[in-house]
Amino acid sequence: MADSEARTIIATDCGSTTTKAILIEKQGDEYRLIVRGEAPTTVEAPFDDVTVGVVNAVREIEELTGRKFLANDKVLAPRDAQGEGADLYLSTSSAGGGLQMTVAGVVKSMSAESAERAALGAGAIVMDTIAVDDGRKEHQKVERIRALRPDMILMSGGTDGGTVTHLVEMAEMLVSADPKPRLGIGLKLPVIYAGNKEALSPVQQVLKERVELHPVDNIRPTLDLENLGPAREEIHELFLKHVMQQAPGYGKLLTWTSADIMATPNAVGRIIETIARRENINVLAVDIGGATTDVFSVFGGTYNRTVSANLGMSYSICNVLTEAGVENIGRWIPFEIEDAELRNRLRNKMIRPTTIPYTLEDLLIEQAVSREALRLALDHHRNLARELKGVQQERSIGDLFDQRGSGETLVKLLDLNMIVGSGGVLSHAPRREQSALMMIDAYQPEGVTELAVDSIFMMPQLGVLSTVLPEAATQVFDRDCLIRLGTVVAPVGTVKEGELLATIRIDGKEVPLRMGTMQVIPQGEGEWRDLEIVPARNVNAGAGKGKPHTTRVRGGVAGLILDGRGRPLVLPPDQAARVGKLREWLGAFGLPLP
Amino acid sequence: MGSAYTPGLKVSASTVVRKSRRLPLKGDVVVDMGAPVDPDTVVARTNIPGILRTVRASEKLGIDPDELPTAVQVKEGDAVKSGQLLAMTRSFFGMFKSEAHAPVDGVVEIINTVTGHISIREKPNPIEVKAYVRGRVVEVIEGEGVVVETRGALVQGIFGVGGERQGTIRVIVDSPDAMLTEASLTPDMAGCIVAGGANISGAALRKAAEIGVAGIVVGAIVDQDLVDFLGYDIGVAITGHENINLTLVLTEGFGTIRMADRTFRLLKSLEGQTASINGATQIRAGVIRPEVIVPRQAGPDEGGEAGDFDLEIGTPIRIIREPYFGKLATVSELPSELQEIPTEAMVRVLQAELQNGERVIVPRANVEIIEE
Repeated sequence: MADSEARTIIATDCGSTTTKAILIEKQGDEYRLIVRGEAPTTVEAPFDDVTVGVVNAVREIEELTGRKFLANDKVLAPRDAQGEGADLYLSTSSAGGGLQMTVAGVVKSMSAESAERAALGAGAIVMDTIAVDDGRKEHQKVERIRALRPDMILMSGGTDGGTVTHLVEMAEMLVSADPKPRLGIGLKLPVIYAGNKEALSPVQQVLKERVELHPVDNIRPTLDLENLGPAREEIHELFLKHVMQQAPGYGKLLTWTSADIMATPNAVGRIIETIARRENINVLAVDIGGATTDVFSVFGGTYNRTVSANLGMSYSICNVLTEAGVENIGRWIPFEIEDAELRNRLRNKMIRPTTIPYTLEDLLIEQAVSREALRLALDHHRNLARELKGVQQERSIGDLFDQRGSGETLVKLLDLNMIVGSGGVLSHAPRREQSALMMIDAYQPEGVTELAVDSIFMMPQLGVLSTVLPEAATQVFDRDCLIRLGTVVAPVGTVKEGELLATIRIDGKEVPLRMGTMQVIPQGEGEWRDLEIVPARNVNAGAGKGKPHTTRVRGGVAGLILDGRGRPLVLPPDQAARVGKLREWLGAFGLPLP
Repeated sequence: MGSAYTPGLKVSASTVVRKSRRLPLKGDVVVDMGAPVDPDTVVARTNIPGILRTVRASEKLGIDPDELPTAVQVKEGDAVKSGQLLAMTRSFFGMFKSEAHAPVDGVVEIINTVTGHISIREKPNPIEVKAYVRGRVVEVIEGEGVVVETRGALVQGIFGVGGERQGTIRVIVDSPDAMLTEASLTPDMAGCIVAGGANISGAALRKAAEIGVAGIVVGAIVDQDLVDFLGYDIGVAITGHENINLTLVLTEGFGTIRMADRTFRLLKSLEGQTASINGATQIRAGVIRPEVIVPRQAGPDEGGEAGDFDLEIGTPIRIIREPYFGKLATVSELPSELQEIPTEAMVRVLQAELQNGERVIVPRANVEIIEE
C-alpha cells in the first residue's frame, strides 16, 4: 500500500523514562488522534530491550480501543490478512541517553560553533566542544576527550584551501586520546570529518585505522557559508547504523517500523520548521522534560536547535537549582518559604523523580523551577543561534552608527511571532493559564506574541509522521496537538509604577495598561481581534518607541493577555512586595492562590 | 488492587547479590569461573594507552615541516628514552647544531611532515578492577570482566556520595529517629561503617572524615550540610566519584527523616560484621542506588524487594512527598477513578491511614511500599 493510502497509523516515542504511543486514524477526509497509551521505557535491566516498553504502550491502545495492534509480541503493521493491525508503524527515540557527541573545530567561534550547530540540529547532545583556541591546554583536551565516551565525534575546521596544520594537529590529539565509543566495547569510534577537504588526506594518514573515518563536505567551505546538511545527514545515518543498533532492542525495533527511527528532537524540530514555513512566522519552541530541555527556533527561515542536557524538572531539578541559584527560583514563589526548606524539597524531588506535587504550594514551587529552567535554556539557545561570525558584512554609511557586531543572536524577541511549549510541566499543568504565565515570565516576550502548548506531548510522533505522510501530520497537529493559549501584548520599556505604559484600542474601546499590572481579556480560540497599541513616549510595542502599532491577534484558552510589567521585567526586591505582586498577577489570570 | 509507581528499595537480611565488575576497555580477566574472591581480589586488568606527547620538532630546528625527514634520527615504532635525540640539523659546516629531544620514555608513534611534529606515546597505565564483595565468580565476560555473586544482607539507600569501601558495621544510636551527632563519634570508629538514625549534622560528618570512618549510613542530611561538606553543590544526581575519604549512604532523603524501622533493625543485627559500601548513585534511566552489602553464610532468600509490588488494602507504605512526607501508613482504600487533588490535577490516588489513625488521600505516585 502506498503511504498516502494509510488510514491507521501507530506511532511511538521512546523517551528516557516513558514510551508514548498514539493511534491516528483517517475519519472521512481527516486524520485525527484517537487514543494515547504509555508505559515505562525498558532499555535497562532486567528487560534490556526497548521493544518491551513499545509493546506495553501499544497494548494500552489495544485495551482502550478493543482492537488488535499486536501479534506475536510485535506491532502489527502492515495489516494482516484479516485486516487487523495498522497500515503504518513509526517511531522516534531518545532512550538510552539519546545521541551523545563530541565536536571539534579550529576556531571556537567559527568552525567549532558550526560543528556544534550541525550536531545539535541532528538531534545530538553535545558533551563538549573542543577548539584550538578554547583556552585549554593540549593535555587537558586529551584527558577530556578520553574521559568522554561519545557515540561519535564531528571534526571540522579550515575553509577549503585554508589551514591544514591545525586539522592534522587535531587528528594527532584524537590519536593521543584514543577515545572509545559509549556503546559496543571493542568497536571503533566513528569520526565524521567535515573540515578543509585538502586536509583530509594528511588527517587520514594520522588517524589510519584507529577510528572509523567518515569524510563529508566541509561544514564551512568559505567564511560566509555554512553547509550543515551533509554533516547532519551523516550523523543521522551513523546514529541509525551504530548507536541504535547497539542500544538494547533497537535492531529489533528497526525491523518493525515502516520508516527509519528518528531521534526525538530531530522529529520535534521538523514540526517546528513546518509551522514556521507554513505560516511564514518566527517561532520559538521548547520541550522541557525531566532530564533535558530542548529549545528550537526559526527566525527569518533559519532553524536552530539547542539542548540543555542538564536542565529539567525531575532528574535535573537540582541542576536548575545549582545554575539558577536558590534566590532566582525563590523569586517566583508567591508565598514565603525558607531557602533551606526549598532546597530540601528540590533534593527530595531529585531522588524520587516520579512523584507529583499534591499541594498547591508544591505545584507553585515546581512551576517556579520551570521558569528558571526555561530561562536558562533560552539563554543557552541565544548564545548558539547566532549569525555567522567571521563574515565581513557589507555596510552602508547609515550602518556606521549601528554598533551591531557580527555574530549577534538570531533570537530577537520583538520579531518573534509564536512561542510553543511542550513537556510535562507545560503540557500537563492543571490550568492552561499556568502554562501561559510560566512561558511569559520565563521568556519575557516583547511586543505581540502568540502562545501555544502541545496538548499531550505528541510532537515527536507527528514529526516522524510528517516524513512519510505530511498531510496527516499537519491535520493532527492543527486539530489535536496544538492548543492555542492566546496572544500576549508586552510593550518594551519602563515608566514609573502605576503610570500609563500603553493604551490599547480594542473593539472601539480604550484599555489603559499601567506599569506593573497584568490584565487578561477573554478571547476564545479562533477569535481574531484588531488592536491598536499606543505606547508611552519611550516605550516600544513593535513599531518603534512611542509609535502606535496596529495588529491583528488570535485568541485562545487563556485569552488576550496584556502584560504591563515592562521590559526588562524587574521584580520588587522586597520579599513582601514581590509576593504581593506575584499574587496580583496570578489573580489577573483567575488562578488559585495558596 | 493497583501498582505503586515508585519502585522501593531493597532491604533484605538474606538475598543473592550479583555485582558486575567490568573494565572500561578490553583487557584480561584474571580469575576463573567459580573462583572464590575477596573484596580486594583483582578480577580483571588492562592497560590504558599512555598519553601521546608531541614534540614540535621542525619549529625547534627552524626548518620547514617537509624537511623533517632529513633531520629525524628515529623512525616510527622506535622505543626512546627521555632526553634521547629525535632530530637534529647542522649548519655552517657543522659548527652549529639544533636538536630536538624526547621529553619522556616511550615509543615514536607519529612523524608528521605536515605539522613537523614527532609524537611519542608514553608507557601504558595499568588499571585493575577488584571484586568489591566477598563471593564467587559466576560469570566470566571474556576480555571485559566478571560477575561476582554473594549471598548476604543488602540495604539499598536512596542517595549516596563516595565510592566503594569496606568496614565493620557499628550502630551508634539507640533508635531510628535519633540524631547522629559530633559527640557520638569516637576515634575507635576509624575504618568502620557507622550507622545512625534520622539525621547527621554537618559537624558530625566532618568529624567522621577526620577520624577516618569508612562509611556512614543514616536516614537523612540537611542539603546545605552536604553541600558544605563537599565544597560544591550536586547538580545532577550522578555520584560516586567525589574526592572524599568516606562514603555516605542516605536511606530516606534530605532533611531529618526517621530511618525505616526495618532498615534500622537489620543494620543492628549486622553489628560487628564486615560490609562493602558504595555511595554511587545514578538517578536517570538505569537507576543505580547506593548500597551496603554484608556477605553471610547461606540462608533462605528473604526477598524483601519493595519494588513493583501490587498495592492492596492493608499494604504498609511510606509517603514520599509533602504534605505527609516521610510518614508511614497503610493503604485503606484504592479508588479506581481519577480524583482531583488540591493542585486541581486529576490523578490516581489511594487513601492512606496514618499511624495516628488519620485517613488521608495521596497520589499513588507519591508512595513507596514497605515490606515488614
